[in-house]
Order: sequence, then C-alpha cells, then structure tokens
Amino acid sequence: MLTSKRTGERLVLTAAGPWTAIHARDLEPLVEAQAQSSQPVRAVEIDVSGINRLDTFGAWLIERLVRAWSQRGCEPKIIGLPADYSGLVQEVHNVNVKPLPPLVEEGRIIRGLNAIGRTLVGIGSATTLIMQMLGAVSVASARAIANPARFRLTSLVAHIDRVGWHGVPIMLLVTFLIGAILAQQGIFHFRKFGADIFVVDMIGILVLREIGVLIVCVMVAGRSGSAYTAELGSMKMREEIDALRTMGFDPVEVLILPRIVALIVSVPILTFLGSMSALYGGGLVAWLYGGIDPDVFLSRLREAISLDTFAVGMIKAPIMALVIGIVASVEGMEVRGSAESLGTHTTASVVISIFLVIVLDGLFAIFFASIGM
Amino acid sequence: MAKRAEDAVIRVRDLSVGFSEKLVLDHLDLDVYRGEVLGFVGGSGSGKSVLMRTIIGLLPKRSGKIEVFGIDVDSITQTELQKIEQRWGILFQHGALFSSLTVRQNIQFPVREFLGVSERLLDEMAVAKLEMVGLAPDVQQKYPSELSGGMTKRVALARALALDPEVVFLDEPTSGLDPIGAGEFDELIKTLQRTLGLTVFMVTHDLDSLHAVCDRIAVLADGKVILAGPMSVMLASEHPWLKAYFRGKRSRVAG
Repeated sequence: MLTSKRTGERLVLTAAGPWTAIHARDLEPLVEAQAQSSQPVRAVEIDVSGINRLDTFGAWLIERLVRAWSQRGCEPKIIGLPADYSGLVQEVHNVNVKPLPPLVEEGRIIRGLNAIGRTLVGIGSATTLIMQMLGAVSVASARAIANPARFRLTSLVAHIDRVGWHGVPIMLLVTFLIGAILAQQGIFHFRKFGADIFVVDMIGILVLREIGVLIVCVMVAGRSGSAYTAELGSMKMREEIDALRTMGFDPVEVLILPRIVALIVSVPILTFLGSMSALYGGGLVAWLYGGIDPDVFLSRLREAISLDTFAVGMIKAPIMALVIGIVASVEGMEVRGSAESLGTHTTASVVISIFLVIVLDGLFAIFFASIGM
Repeated sequence: MAKRAEDAVIRVRDLSVGFSEKLVLDHLDLDVYRGEVLGFVGGSGSGKSVLMRTIIGLLPKRSGKIEVFGIDVDSITQTELQKIEQRWGILFQHGALFSSLTVRQNIQFPVREFLGVSERLLDEMAVAKLEMVGLAPDVQQKYPSELSGGMTKRVALARALALDPEVVFLDEPTSGLDPIGAGEFDELIKTLQRTLGLTVFMVTHDLDSLHAVCDRIAVLADGKVILAGPMSVMLASEHPWLKAYFRGKRSRVAG
C-alpha cells in the first residue's frame, strides 16, 4: 500500500489502494517506517495517484509523511492527487496538532495526602449541606404550619402511597424472615443451656427495640431514599428545579417537604408492621422448631417486654426517617450534569443514610440506657 | 437529470410504522442518492424523526423494506449490520454526547472500539475532527455539561464523523442555535459534505438551511412523502401545506 523507490537523491513514495479508516491500523506502521527513515535525500515525492479511496484517516497519514519530511527541511511534493480529494488534503494540512499538556504526575505520598484531604473536606461540606437542608426543611415546614393551605397535600398522599403502602409487602416479608432466623438461631444455641424459653425474651426485646426499626430503615433507604435522590437528581439535570425556582416556587417546599413528611409518616407505620411481622415469624419458628406453644410464647412475651420496649423502637422511627429524607434530598440536589454524577450521588445517598441510621441507633442506645428506658 | 436507481444509498419502499392504533408512516417510499444533501421536512409530529429512527434501526417497522448501501437490512446478520452501522454517523437532536466522557473521549469512542489504531493516531484524529467542525483543540478536555448548545452540536457532529462515514443523519442540526450560529453550521455541513463526499440526510425545520445546503427536499405529510425535489419544485407547488410552509409569513424568497 506504500512503497518507496530511491533514485539518486530523489525519493518517490507511492501510495496505492484504499486509504480509509478501516485500513488505518495497517497503514500507520508503514507510514511510520517511512517517516522515521533517515535516507539522505534532497527531494521527496509522494505519488498518490494509485489511491482509489481516501478519507480523513488516510489524508492525515499522508499529512504525517509530509510533516515528517518537512521537519527535516525537505518539503515533499504530492503528485497525482485527484481533484475530488484535494479539498480534504488541504483541510487536513491546516490541522494544528499540538501535544496535549501532560498530566502532572504526583508522588505517591502527595497523592495519598491529597486523597485524605479531599475526603475530609468532602465530609465537612456534606455535614454543612445536611445542616443547611435541615434548616431549609424546618423553615419550609414552619411556613406550612403557619399557612396550611400552602402545603402540598396531594403530593404527600402520593408519596405515602409509594413509600408506605407499596412498601408494606416487602417489609413484612423481610422482617418476617429476620424474626424467624433470630428465633431459629436463638433456640439452637440456647438449647445447649436448657434456656430455650429465653428466646422469647431475646426476640421480643431485640425486635421491638432495635431490629424492627433498623431493618425497615435500611430497606427504606435502599428503596425510597435512592428513588428520591434519582428523581431530584434527574430533575436537576433537566433544569426542572431551575424552572420551578424561576416561577417563584421554593423547591424545598414543593418537592422535598412532601417527600420527607411522607417518610416521617410511613416509616413508623412500616416499623410497627415490620416488628409485628418479625414477632410472628419468631413465634412461628419457636412453635414449629422449638416446640414453644403459641400461648406460652405470648405469656412469656408479655412478661419480657414492657410498653417502654415498644416505645423505644417507635420513637426512633420518625427521626431515622427524617435523616434518610434529608440525606436523599441533599444528594439529589448535588447531582451535576452527567449520568455518572447521578449514579455516584444515588449510591452516596444510600450509603450515607444507612451509615447515619446505624450511628444514630448507637447514640439512641446510649441515651435510652442512661435515662433507664 | 435522472438519477439511476443504483445510485440510491438509502432506499425505502412501502414502509409502514405505527404505535399501537396510530399509523405514523403509511406505505412510504423514499430514495436518498449518493453525494446529495436531502432535507426532510414536515409538520411537527408528522413522523420525520420516526422515519430517521426507523432507517437507523431504533424503531421497529410494521411492513416494508429498507435498503442501505443496496443491502436489505432485514436479511443480514448482526455482524453485517454492525459493518453498515460503521458506515453511517448520526447527529442526534440534543447531541446525545456521553456525559461521563470528555469531548476527546466522546470522539475517540467509536474509533477506539472499531478500528484499533494507535493512541497517537487517536489523539491526532480527535484534534483533526474538532478542527474540521470549527472548534479549538482545547475543548478536548471538557465534559459535555460544560459546553454551550452550539459547541455540543459541533462536538456531536465530530463524533458522528469519527469513523469517516459515507452517510450522516442529522436530526434538526440547527435547532436551538442563533441565526448566525445556524448559518455557520449550514456552511460547515456544506463544506464537510464537499470535502468528505458525504451523503447527508437532514431532518430540519430551518428554511434557511433548506435554501442554503439542501440539494433536494422531501416533504412528509399524512405518513407519505408527498413531494421530493429541489427548492424550485417546492416553491412552484400549489399544495396548500407546501404553500404555507415555503411561501408563508416566515419564509423569504431566496436571494
């Protein structure tokens, strides 16, 4: 496809065949070999009359030859160029390829410190954003309380339907299974000490105080928190939120407040249903696997738990819901133009809210222990 | 000048496309000849984009035949179809640039996937394509969300041209551009068409574009191509819709 012939101090390069994109891979080494060759010649001619098809790739490779030789002070002449292709060759001749500025390579230590610094700054700014959002939501709810007509009831009902009502089956199923597994494991290990019956205490306290609300919150963060982030994020990307703002609406009031209130209403209900379902699953396994009759289970349960046990779980639920809602909204509003950013923030929304829910649960445990609940 | 049938790069025969009850394209025939710029016009919602998307295989058809480069696209295997797909480039209405890649990566993407050329050639071609569409090489490192509307269109055109296709489909290339930008874009399409020997299928509403760049215009109405020909034929037609479109208030007689 590219041959060279040298006569005296004249070098003739003959290009032939199709010089197009699909042949570029084969042509490039040939061109490079010619461009690198250091034959002592005075004049170079590139005969392109044999080329039957030429596109930008081919024209550029010819241009590379031309540039390589002109750098050595020997301007090559292109001969036999069909008129159809002269425009293309001219166009490519004007292309100005400058080497890209090389990326600054940093040392390993610098890079490590850089990453740590960025992460810390990220945590700091995320905290600020969460606080700002909390403030904005408080202001919006204060306004809604002062002027209830402004509150978007329809939107609230729609979100409760999605977050609460549609979430019921999966929550019931998951908590039922968790209760059943807890009972099975408890009976299996407690039996060694002849303490089967204490499984009821364990399930009762664990489910009502901790597991019920935790499982429901993790599920809600994955199911609804991520959906909130993705919705708000794509609305942000398509400038829908800007549109709302220019029409004089506050996005926090219109979009975020109904979503967060829907979570605060739904999560306690889901927690209650989930706890009941877990107790039911635990009781069922205790009966079928552990031989603890339902009436024994119930009377033992009545002794083991008090209203406080139940209250501890239920008090936590709306606060966890608020945290999930705030984090989801913050991440949604932080989405920038790209699809990748939407993905990153949706992931962050779920990870951060689950993390905060667990941290908060630990703080609650300390708090309730110190007030003796 | 009578064009021979074998000159048709795209040949659509008896094509019907519909969604549920509604038939959008009703037994439509269309030819696009090699080396021409075909402007495709029609009222909003008349199915211009549907036809384009059907030809490039994004929408299923109910009946009819589509031939591209003389090959019936229904009768070939996936690999052969992929070969054809490398011979056309598409400029989507909103650019459809990959938002998580930089401009350079966007342009290099199809080349990297299909041609397997060296990294150096990839970089050089990206610059060459950017300069050909009239952009400075320093936009390479930018992300699509940082580009203005006109730049997005130009980058999208550069990506459509990345593999040096024989046919390019342009979906409303000048929509959303100011008149000066639109004029420059028209000029650009014409220049590229001439230098690269492209066949251009252009869906447009821009009367200035139709005057400036199109060799032939096809008009879609009621699911059919009601008229195809150069601007003079359009202006001479007495069809009420064509009269309103080409000789209405918003049109000017071409100078």
